[in-house]
Amino acid sequence: MSEQPSMAPVVAAPAVAFEPRIVAFFCNWCTYTAADLAGVSRLKYAPNVRVIRVMCSGRVDPQFVLEAFAKGADGVLLGGCHPGDCHYAEGNYKTLRRMRMLIRMLKELGIEDGRFRLEWISGAEGDKVKAVVNEMTAQVRALGPLDLPGKFKEWDREMEDLEQHVNASAPQQEEAHVR
Amino acid sequence: MSAKPQVAFYWCASCGGCEEAVVDLAEDILKVVEAVDIVLWPVAMDFKKADIEARPDKSITVAFINGAVRTSEQEEWARLLRRKSQVVVSFGACANMGGIPALANQFRREDLLKYIYEDGPGVDNPAKTRPQASSQDEGRTLSLPELRNVVRSLDQVIDVEFYLPGCPPTPKLIMAAVQALLSGQLPPKGTVLSPDHALCEECARKDSKPVDLALAAFKRPHQIQIDPEKCLLAQGLVCMGPATRAGCEAVCPAGNMPCTGCFGPSSRVKDQGAKFISSVFSNIVPKEAKEIDAVLDGVPDPIGTFYRYGLSKCILRRKLN
Amino acid sequence: MAEQKEHQNGIPRIGFYICHCGSNIASIIDVEDVRKYVATLPGVVVSRDYKYMCSDPGQELIAQDIREHKLERLVVSACSPNLHEETFRNAAAKGGLNSFYFQMVNIREHASWVHEDKAAATRKAKDLARAAVYRVRFHQALEKRKVPVDPNVLVVGGGIAGIHAALTLANAGKKVTLVEREATIGGHMALFDKTFPTMDCAACILTPKMSAVKSHPNITLWTYSEVEKVEGYVGNYKVSVKRKPRYVNEDLCVGCMACIDACVFKEPKFPDKFNQGLGKRKPVYIDFPQATPKVVLIDPATCIQMKTGKCKKSCADACDRKAFDFNQQPELKEIQVGTIVLATGFKTYDAKRDALYGYGRYPGVFTALEIERLVNASGPTLGDVVLRDGRHPKAVGIIHCVGSRDEKTNKWCSRVCCMYSLKLAHLIKEHSGAEVYNFYIDMRTPGKGYEEFYDKLLAEGVHFIRGRVAEVTDWAMTPEEQGKLVLRVEDTLAGFVRRIPVDMVVLATGMEAQADAGEVRHKFNIGCGSEGFFQERHPKLAPVNTFTDGIFIAGACQGPRDIPDTVAQAGAAAAEALVLIDAGHVELEPNTAHVVEEECCGCKSCVPLCPYSAITLDEAKKKAVINEVLCKGCGTCVAACPSGSIRQNLFEDDEIFSEIEGVLAQ
Repeated sequence: MSEQPSMAPVVAAPAVAFEPRIVAFFCNWCTYTAADLAGVSRLKYAPNVRVIRVMCSGRVDPQFVLEAFAKGADGVLLGGCHPGDCHYAEGNYKTLRRMRMLIRMLKELGIEDGRFRLEWISGAEGDKVKAVVNEMTAQVRALGPLDLPGKFKEWDREMEDLEQHVNASAPQQEEAHVR
Repeated sequence: MSAKPQVAFYWCASCGGCEEAVVDLAEDILKVVEAVDIVLWPVAMDFKKADIEARPDKSITVAFINGAVRTSEQEEWARLLRRKSQVVVSFGACANMGGIPALANQFRREDLLKYIYEDGPGVDNPAKTRPQASSQDEGRTLSLPELRNVVRSLDQVIDVEFYLPGCPPTPKLIMAAVQALLSGQLPPKGTVLSPDHALCEECARKDSKPVDLALAAFKRPHQIQIDPEKCLLAQGLVCMGPATRAGCEAVCPAGNMPCTGCFGPSSRVKDQGAKFISSVFSNIVPKEAKEIDAVLDGVPDPIGTFYRYGLSKCILRRKLN
Repeated sequence: MAEQKEHQNGIPRIGFYICHCGSNIASIIDVEDVRKYVATLPGVVVSRDYKYMCSDPGQELIAQDIREHKLERLVVSACSPNLHEETFRNAAAKGGLNSFYFQMVNIREHASWVHEDKAAATRKAKDLARAAVYRVRFHQALEKRKVPVDPNVLVVGGGIAGIHAALTLANAGKKVTLVEREATIGGHMALFDKTFPTMDCAACILTPKMSAVKSHPNITLWTYSEVEKVEGYVGNYKVSVKRKPRYVNEDLCVGCMACIDACVFKEPKFPDKFNQGLGKRKPVYIDFPQATPKVVLIDPATCIQMKTGKCKKSCADACDRKAFDFNQQPELKEIQVGTIVLATGFKTYDAKRDALYGYGRYPGVFTALEIERLVNASGPTLGDVVLRDGRHPKAVGIIHCVGSRDEKTNKWCSRVCCMYSLKLAHLIKEHSGAEVYNFYIDMRTPGKGYEEFYDKLLAEGVHFIRGRVAEVTDWAMTPEEQGKLVLRVEDTLAGFVRRIPVDMVVLATGMEAQADAGEVRHKFNIGCGSEGFFQERHPKLAPVNTFTDGIFIAGACQGPRDIPDTVAQAGAAAAEALVLIDAGHVELEPNTAHVVEEECCGCKSCVPLCPYSAITLDEAKKKAVINEVLCKGCGTCVAACPSGSIRQNLFEDDEIFSEIEGVLAQ
């Protein structure tokens, strides 16, 4: 049994320049507002982040983070109000606690540290949105593509031969067996 | 040929417990045997692959397949049975979610083989011989199934009509499923054949769970004297009950052991482990990352704990490397 | 300019609209390209672009399309939903579509304004539009919740902002509770002698308003009181107020001040806080003659009876109203209000932080507030401008921008210092005849009559030196500098360094957020900017609103401002509160969570997660229940329900998952 190349570490040699795709979940009251402020202030930052708005970072289910990776995100950014500043009193603490565990799980499942980031950005910190987005984009760019959809396909390639083999022969029918 | 429904049982990567569960139907099994013709049951009866291959497509009424799919042979059997069966029931936690075998998805195949055939403490293999997919012996070609890189749930290989959850499914659920299949009263395709709410509903300890549970530490079962009445989560044990589908009647908590999640999540949850951590850890006591981490240290093996039966069905499917 | 096609089976008919926002969006994002692309997405039957979607014709276009093309869902790519979500929800409703079958895409604040690479910004706009198109399929018809608004109002802070807001509301017939932390209302304005640029006497214009507050039948005035806790939501706040003990019964005291005369301390002995420590007071005191309410109070730190219990209590004996109560305890009061106006004011910069200016080291250095008291006819010197040693200054230097426009301390301009420095220059000159030097960086006099006031001062012979003072020193280099304070400054107009000897230095300290602004904002669940001032909902379009509905801000708690601006803002805050009160109810976002009873197993995981105690366990059914009136829609319980049995309107799992898929699909 030879080791299949599919499981080898990803070699970063993309033909086209790699542009990280980062999905961000921003809470409505602080980080989304900060991103609005960055816009109003015409700060310029990397165009790699796609923001999904939630009312509170507490709405962010760890499933969303995993799903974003599985659907092709190279990084996931979660932005909430600073500790003690949550519009909903303590939603951000709940987020922090569950995400600390998610971070451990991601690590064990081989997702590098820099691909998931939790940041507290207040509504006044437009410049922090810029800094965090730029920094994370650079970091994820250095890590290279994650491309889970591609990996899933690659993994399942080991099944192609048999699938064809079993289903290749002509259909067999015998009337007595068919109800 | 008989007019009775034709039933096949098959096992993939499994411990045999699911087969036991069928036997555990006790006298009820006689009713089943009476009502159906068993056309394949490797653990109990001597049918060959050729027998199945020779059958017309869709001639088997129901195939119950247990076990995860981790070798080419299992994959081939699964596909073969899919082709020959009208209905495939994914039987038990391993078939449904990868089960215990799927914990191997935390490791690369090469690392596993190297450990088993070279580095393991009980290994005496100086030549570092490993099983080969194909080898020659006295002029004959011998073949062995290939170990796949990824351990899969059954539905990651073939289309599946229904799922019977559990490690193993309980006799009660099996009987109910068989009766439903025999009567033709089938639920929609994709249904998991057990109640679609969480286990706490069935747990005798439910009422003892406080409404304001906030844990400051997690314990493992061997570290504490477990109170036989009180909610296990409230005792600091990781009990997966709230994130696990009901149907087993809380046999583990009744046996003074926390639920480990073998029934998988409710239909509304994509990822059992992620959802569980979201519920249990959102309300632990500390608020600072460092102190939170100290509490989380009480769960030394998160993947083995939250995906004990379900790593194949984790949204990420396996460790990436 | 539209792509139109036939309905696709199974997927609701979606209309997509992309706004140019003049050139705000269209100059960076290829709007045409996005429109064409979105037209190819499943379910999209109309795809249009328009110069200004938010304009009346833009909205009408949407409404008309909804009717004509039987649109079932609406997606608009434009600016931030915080700005125009409501606009397009209304447009949907105008066309006969439920408002919540709508999703907004933010491609201005989040794309065209922050990116320069046109191709990348266009790609982003497509991704975001696709996410919305995927998401909107799952939207459900919803209705806004209506909750009644309690007509009573709480005003916090009794400076000119709080006074004006309270009077405006009370005059409109609303019941107002005005809570002030100090013993009297009046705030900073009560400290001032004159107000720029008209030089009206501050007391003359403020005192009548203070009295009006006291006597107004619609105003309950609680001074020497602080808000402890705020619970509830817009229209329905429950507020706990702590009334600190004065040790004098407020209802009995008539302010005759006989007790002060009778105090065992024959002379005032303790630093008078109201007079910035320049005067003295007795343990039983009243801040100033016009204090409102005119009720004395006892300082327990200096009163012998309070400290030792062994005083002959001549004060109490002198009171024929028997108002003294040395055992008075703090009292906790609870009130119900629908709206809250925060007018908690500012504090002045601590001049000691600029060590080189010598405040606290050289007795000749004063803060502007101290000078306000010195020039005040009812101040500690009755308006006589004297140094701490009793001498009259012959030359006075006023340093502008102390604790303002400084990278090392506060970056912002405090807006009032130039004008009050001019005012003080005028008053000092008038009261003492001294030569007055103003040291300024820029002279900032925007305001009605302000520049004219500056011209007047120039004509009065006040000296203006453009330059930031480097240092105030008593190290004399010439005989003329002996015994003087010397200001070292680069005169940037003359182009050389000068040394100006003076007798008195006035530091024009800037405005800062109150020391406890952080604590206060937590109580009221509002935000602060990085400078510490309360954050308005929108810097231009919602300057007195906060992110918490029903809570408004007025005056310098929101940022440095002068009296005219403060009063205008207080009026605006009162008007915003009146809007809610007179409407009688508010409409709340229907983004609440609810438990699906047959799915819930009663595991109680969600119960402790709710900060508003909206989740309880129905003991009979053993299921969790969410009180939708209390739910504020954060969604924390939804994310945490381990069996996925809690849903949140507008933020359903399906909606978010499809948004994730949409944003990443290629």
